[in-house]
Amino acid sequence: MYLQIMNQIKQKVMVGDWQAGFHLPSIREMASVTGVSVITVKRAYSELELEGVIVTQQGRGSFIAESATVGSDLKLSELDEKLKQVVYSARQLGLSFDETKERMNQVILNISGNEQ
Amino acid sequence: MNEIAIHLENVSKHFSYFDLKNINLALPTGQIMGFVGANGAGKSTTIRIIMGLMQADSGTATVLGQTMPKFQTQIKHHVGYSSEEMKLYAGKNLGWHMAFIKSIYPGWDDNYAKELLQRFDLNLEQKIKQFSKGQHIKAQLLLVLARKPKLLVLDEPTTGLDPVARQEVNNELALILKDEERTVLFSSHNTADVEKISDQITFIDRGAIIDTNDKESFLENWRRIQVELPSDQPMVPTGNIVQIEQDGRLAAVISNQFCPSILEAYQQQNIKVIAVENMSLEEIFLANVNHRRQAKIVGAKS
Repeated sequence: MYLQIMNQIKQKVMVGDWQAGFHLPSIREMASVTGVSVITVKRAYSELELEGVIVTQQGRGSFIAESATVGSDLKLSELDEKLKQVVYSARQLGLSFDETKERMNQVILNISGNEQ
Repeated sequence: MNEIAIHLENVSKHFSYFDLKNINLALPTGQIMGFVGANGAGKSTTIRIIMGLMQADSGTATVLGQTMPKFQTQIKHHVGYSSEEMKLYAGKNLGWHMAFIKSIYPGWDDNYAKELLQRFDLNLEQKIKQFSKGQHIKAQLLLVLARKPKLLVLDEPTTGLDPVARQEVNNELALILKDEERTVLFSSHNTADVEKISDQITFIDRGAIIDTNDKESFLENWRRIQVELPSDQPMVPTGNIVQIEQDGRLAAVISNQFCPSILEAYQQQNIKVIAVENMSLEEIFLANVNHRRQAKIVGAKS
């Protein structure tokens, strides 16, 4: 469940609603607004801190990290997640990594062929 | 300030056809605990003991630092209790009830009561006997919430409510999250209500607590692993596996203490891991209940 909160916050950052330096709601406020327990929001905040998306200052609260690339980094890591799912699906079908790459290449060739 | 708002130690209570067995429960101040069990599992009995409405045969119950039921009068102002069994006066209207409760409890908050009246869509003038079941439940909750008690004990607050009213009630409970001094214990047989809002989850079944933990640990520890076996021989349970459902060479294995070493062990046994899935609280609850009821691992073969 904390993953959902993390994703919501990341999405806010990606679309630019919450920019670097933005002061996040306190854990209790966030819990109250989303209707999700305090413990879950706490977990989401600390994971986001580990990922460098937010920084927490003792007594001041949490802020969106100053790193300017945070938006595009997040988009890329979201893409990586999707690619991971593709790799897992391929493995379920019994494809080796090389076979998976080969199929991926085929798909890319198809798309680029169609677009030309 | 007491760190633990509700503390039950080895609480037992015997009835002709039901036993509450050795209940241990600790709810820290400022947290919300969802108390989950099937109908007749012992939720209401436990709650009655917490509220001092019933005396345990053995064990101790301490609420807001006071021994129950001996010192129950000392904490009445700070505890709000609502249950389906409680009835409002049918011949009086909600406004009368609000004035009545306000005259008893100094913590009553007029503004909050008005807000609740609006959000719950209730009418002050309407007589209680004309209330629908949902309105009755919401009126009760209004009367208990507007007192702003430090400890809220709600026995099945959303049972019997339609989805709209249930959401209204859940939204109100969510607002309580803002206040770090307020503690809530609420029982439900609906895991969906409990899953979102609770910090702590306690499962009760057949008069005994079968599991209690913080919610994130529950969701973290339990996993369903889909595997492909090298043969259709019954799978041998190893480690922290509470349930195996096997159909030919495919099996779904549930672990209550998942860690990656389980997957490594499977690899060594030539078992192919197809997927590792998170479980909802409902699935965890059901697996937990089945596991405890069987008291041993059964490799069910279908």
